[in-house]
Amino acid sequence: MEIVGRSITRVDAVAKVKGTAKYVDDHFVPGMLHAKAFRSTIANGWVKSIDVSKAKVLPGVVAVITYEDVPTHTFPTAGHPYSKDPSHQDVADRNLLTRRVRYVGDEIAAVIAVDELTAEKARQLINVEYEEYAPVLTAEAALQPGIPEIHAGTGNVLGRGGYEVGDMAEAVAESDHTFVDEFSTQVVAHCAMENYSAYAYMEENGRIVVVSSTQIPHICRRIVGQALGIPWGRVRVIKPYIGGGFGGKQDTVVEPLVAFLTTKVHGRPVKMELSREESFISSRVRHPFQFRIETGVTKDGTLSFRNLEAISLNGGYASHGQSIANNCGTKFRQQYRQKAIKYSCKTLYTNMPAAGAMRGYGVPQAMFVMESHLDDIARALDMDPVEIRLKNIPETGHKDPLNGIVALSNGLKECLVKGKELIRWDEKKAAQANQTGTKRRGLGVACFNYASGTHPVGLEVAGARIVMNEDGSVQLQVGATEIGQGSDTVFSQMVAETIGIPLSMVHILSEQDTDISPVDLGSYASRQTYITGMAVRKAAEEIKAKVLEYAWGMTDIPAQVMDIVDGWIVYKHNGEKITPLIEIALDAHTDVVHAKPFTADVTNNARVNALAFGCTFVEVEVDILTGKVEILEIYNIHDSGTIVNPTLAEGQVHGGVSMGLGYALYEQMLFDPKTGKPLIHNLLDYKLMTALDTPEIGAHFVNTFEPTGPYGAKALGEPPAITPAPAIRNAILDATGVKFNDLPMTPQRLIAKFQAEGLI
Amino acid sequence: MTSTISGRTQKITCTINGEAVTMDVDIRESLLDVLRNRLYLTGTKKGCGVGECGACTVLIDGEAYDSCLFLAVWADGKHIRTIEGEAKEGQLSEVQEAFVESGAVQCGYCIPGFVLSVTALKEQNCHCDRESLKKELSGHMCRCTGYQNIIKAAEKVLTEDK
Amino acid sequence: MYDIARYEEARTVDEAVALLAANPNARIIAGGTDVLIRIREGHQPSAELVGIRHIEELSKIELRSDGTLSIGAAATFSRISKHSLITHLVPALGEAVETVGGPQIRRVATIGGNVCNGATSADSASTLFAFDTVLQIQGPEGVRLVPIREIYRGPGKVHLGQAEVLTAILISPENYNGFGGHYIKYAMRKAMDIATLGCSVNCKVGTGNIVEKARLAFGVAAPTPIRCPGAEALVEGKPFSAALVDDFGKAAAAEINPRTSWRASREFRLHLAEELSKQALVRAFIKAGGKVQ
Ligand SMILES: Cc1cc2nc3c(=O)[nH]c(=O)nc-3n(C[C@H](O)[C@H](O)[C@H](O)COP(=O)(O)OP(=O)(O)OC[C@H]3O[C@@H](n4cnc5c(N)ncnc54)[C@H](O)[C@@H]3O)c2cc1C
Ligand code: FES
Ligand code: FES
Repeated sequence: MEIVGRSITRVDAVAKVKGTAKYVDDHFVPGMLHAKAFRSTIANGWVKSIDVSKAKVLPGVVAVITYEDVPTHTFPTAGHPYSKDPSHQDVADRNLLTRRVRYVGDEIAAVIAVDELTAEKARQLINVEYEEYAPVLTAEAALQPGIPEIHAGTGNVLGRGGYEVGDMAEAVAESDHTFVDEFSTQVVAHCAMENYSAYAYMEENGRIVVVSSTQIPHICRRIVGQALGIPWGRVRVIKPYIGGGFGGKQDTVVEPLVAFLTTKVHGRPVKMELSREESFISSRVRHPFQFRIETGVTKDGTLSFRNLEAISLNGGYASHGQSIANNCGTKFRQQYRQKAIKYSCKTLYTNMPAAGAMRGYGVPQAMFVMESHLDDIARALDMDPVEIRLKNIPETGHKDPLNGIVALSNGLKECLVKGKELIRWDEKKAAQANQTGTKRRGLGVACFNYASGTHPVGLEVAGARIVMNEDGSVQLQVGATEIGQGSDTVFSQMVAETIGIPLSMVHILSEQDTDISPVDLGSYASRQTYITGMAVRKAAEEIKAKVLEYAWGMTDIPAQVMDIVDGWIVYKHNGEKITPLIEIALDAHTDVVHAKPFTADVTNNARVNALAFGCTFVEVEVDILTGKVEILEIYNIHDSGTIVNPTLAEGQVHGGVSMGLGYALYEQMLFDPKTGKPLIHNLLDYKLMTALDTPEIGAHFVNTFEPTGPYGAKALGEPPAITPAPAIRNAILDATGVKFNDLPMTPQRLIAKFQAEGLI
Repeated sequence: MTSTISGRTQKITCTINGEAVTMDVDIRESLLDVLRNRLYLTGTKKGCGVGECGACTVLIDGEAYDSCLFLAVWADGKHIRTIEGEAKEGQLSEVQEAFVESGAVQCGYCIPGFVLSVTALKEQNCHCDRESLKKELSGHMCRCTGYQNIIKAAEKVLTEDK
Repeated sequence: MYDIARYEEARTVDEAVALLAANPNARIIAGGTDVLIRIREGHQPSAELVGIRHIEELSKIELRSDGTLSIGAAATFSRISKHSLITHLVPALGEAVETVGGPQIRRVATIGGNVCNGATSADSASTLFAFDTVLQIQGPEGVRLVPIREIYRGPGKVHLGQAEVLTAILISPENYNGFGGHYIKYAMRKAMDIATLGCSVNCKVGTGNIVEKARLAFGVAAPTPIRCPGAEALVEGKPFSAALVDDFGKAAAAEINPRTSWRASREFRLHLAEELSKQALVRAFIKAGGKVQ
């Protein structure tokens, strides 16, 4: 391969360093109005009365819309493909504006004004009277009988799931030891540097155009249609450059409301740009989980059974809801072999911000419990943590008993071996035995598995369109969104590679417009390279076939003996040049008799999946007097099949690992236990790591080839964020002998436990 | 354009990317507001509006400032540089080039700010070691890159200088 | 856009005082890194502001003839930390203000704003306490001098009249000559963070490696920055030793009364107070020329 596999410069890098890349807020539409939501200041209750009279008369206010003005039907928001099967549909539990408030920040009314400041001031002039209920912030509170339900008829249970595979009784009987423990994870936020923002206007024909920072334009279009109760084709969604998503924008956060608001002002453009604070409290977060895990092992460390119970707190609205807990269970199952395995989970409504998709989709939580627990087992059995993993990882070709996914490529073992080497595991383990000082070093490891897309749970449709120009260059259009991960570059590489033209001859349209772009589900589930890549490759193959077919007509050389290399039609067997591609392309555009410009428009329904694997190795130094954890070395080693662009791939690993580090040590959203008010809603209090806090991150890949993936590629986007937390937890354990089962592992928690366990 | 509700204005004179500008600014506006909403210099981004993220960084008299926390009236008499002025005649600056080559760019939202801070360091002949460099860049947040390739890009231009 | 109804720029201190006196609603804005945040949060609606950042005399850093170091209230942190008078005479202060926010913030944020904002977490405050700083304040009635300890009224509150301007921060030679100082900002991040606890120790070494003078101040250990005279007295005049350091830490923790907040528990802050005061004493002692072990 010539172009696939090379560190090509990203196609959008120049626009981004020059500041010419236009994001949602960089678009100015004449006459743009600005909307601000009036948000609930209580976590749980009803609006008894609302008075917007003062807001309405403030000069500059165009309209004030309340829950009384919106359609009464509810709609879902999650970025999943639509299903005709009602049991597979996302829970529709939202209104555009609500009278029943379910978290602090819930949207009760919206002000539309000529500028943002006026909208903001008018918002402050709205008065409401609430009937307030005690906020439900924990699983215990949610399941308490007799309390007002957050959503009527649910008992505050949004969903349940689970599975049992294998003969549990037999597996339990065979175990020499059983280990039981509990773990928990916290609420974290995506913190894309670009906040949530969208604007909408109406075309003369009554269609609504929404311009949004969305990962999922096509799905967004459908949801806006559902929310407004209008035919879906009356909505058009445009996605310009996006300043990061991480799953938060795999959801519809502002689009339905802003689309509705434009209809209330006769189609004038209305923009709703969430502030950083609003983005924290009123968009989506990652689900906090509580786990109880039970594991049986034989003397030699072979897993005989695993049993995980999970409770996931979803906040006030369903969003992705139960799907996250389900995915948690799936990846938990796929990580190791055992005789029997059981998983049961429930997702509960609480009075907190809605939890949705976030990089890893339930798997950072799954691997935190699994990989932490496994280290405790290794310790109890006096086994090396790497050894116990090597003993239990699934073999290549392993077929999952429930979803049927076959691990056709599996480099997990190689990852573990490589990681051990990189960090000099054995050498350091020996040197670090029996430390007594106030700064103690330790090593940790953790493994993960992940999927490339959502099959068979979700539909995996992707589209690509290629049009060849007179000069042999092509336009490539995809419906999948570039959100920073580099997919546009990778797709361009695939097209150049497949057709046989230089990368400079591939022009990708980075903006998605549901009126123009091929249908695709969007950017999520680490699916782009694998799933959309399939469609892109097929489209490119189709173009190439058409070119060669046409060339046959022009040259009398059979298509099957020709190839295209670097913009030339050549003989396949020896590479001898026949004619430049431009000759063929020009002819196909201009020949009065035969003209038929080359186009391909491919939609692919990928009914396969591939597992990506990898691990984190980390060395930490724990200051037991200050509770600070210093990362001395950290490596993520990935099996993602063929690495289409090593520099971009490393970038994914750097960013993912840093997110994982934040998850481990720094990041959390906290809520006042009495009122449910978010205590953390800005970047000063939310501890996103700065450059000074971030260690050097080692990104490594092992060589595998995934037969089902385009050019052998599989998932990479989300995986890097999964295992830093358990690896660090295990390294702290290694350093200090103290177990931390709750995230994040903040200094205060460390000190409290060090004191309790007599270290200090 | 929509008639916004206007506040009191003050006349300021400054240079923006080398060009002299005299304009009436609203006393309520930040420099960021003026650059983006009135001059359409949208390469300067807003990530928080409160000095926490550095996305809005511009150079004022050669030093990096958060334009969101800088009142427009304060810009009087200053030399202001935004990302739009860095590429000259279609040619990327050395710093921009280094960002492109080092794979420092992902979603790109934080990038203009970083480019300007690194540019200031380069022009001040900063020969800082990695730790001090990280400190110099610690007022910029990036969610995508873990900073690694951004630091790499910065080191590239700052060491090539030596 | 900020909800600002009026903005006036003062060119001299007298003018600032006059503008403030003429309009009881007027408030000072220096760097604005606290004021603008407050306005944005809606806490100062239709703000009327008097800008002082362009008053030249307010950003001067100079040595008076009597050896008093005078730091203009509108001097920014980035200027302070680089200024040669600071790095020579009171390096601990320069190091302390380098821990504020990030570089962009330090270029606009002023030391006067830090003090007048009244936050217990202010990164300059504990060090200024340790230096027994005196504040020079000018108002309609003239100029007054106040020890920094007397300016704080409570969290976010200072004893300052509406028309009064803090003009200079004064450190007299007997409070810096021969002193070594060290500030430890304990926060979750290494930049862009508010202190969980700030701890500043200044000390002087006497013959026989004794701790001749010790000054210990904390931020976030109480609603306002505080000194710990008990811990100071305990070690003064005693030969430096590991045991002395331990006693100092214990005394410090015993002397403060921090609160539990969602940011940190009382227990954690007490532990930190003990630990950080020990570490800061050791570092300050070394800087003052003392020998450790
Ligand atoms: C992102 C961010 C990070 C921050 N990080 C830190 C940190 O790490 N450590 C820290 O200590 N602070 C931090 N701060 C707070 C702030 O930057 C400091 O308190 C700063 O010193 C305030 O100075 P200023 O000039 O900006 O004050 P302003 O906002 O202009 O004023 C603050 C207050 O003091 C009054 N005032 C100002 N000057 C005078 C004067 N000369 N006389 C009388 N009254 C006056 C004003 O009226 C106002 O009430 C941070 C702020 C932000 C936005
Ligand atoms: S927008 Fe100015 S610092 Fe974030
Ligand atoms: S590249 Fe996305 S925030 Fe930095």
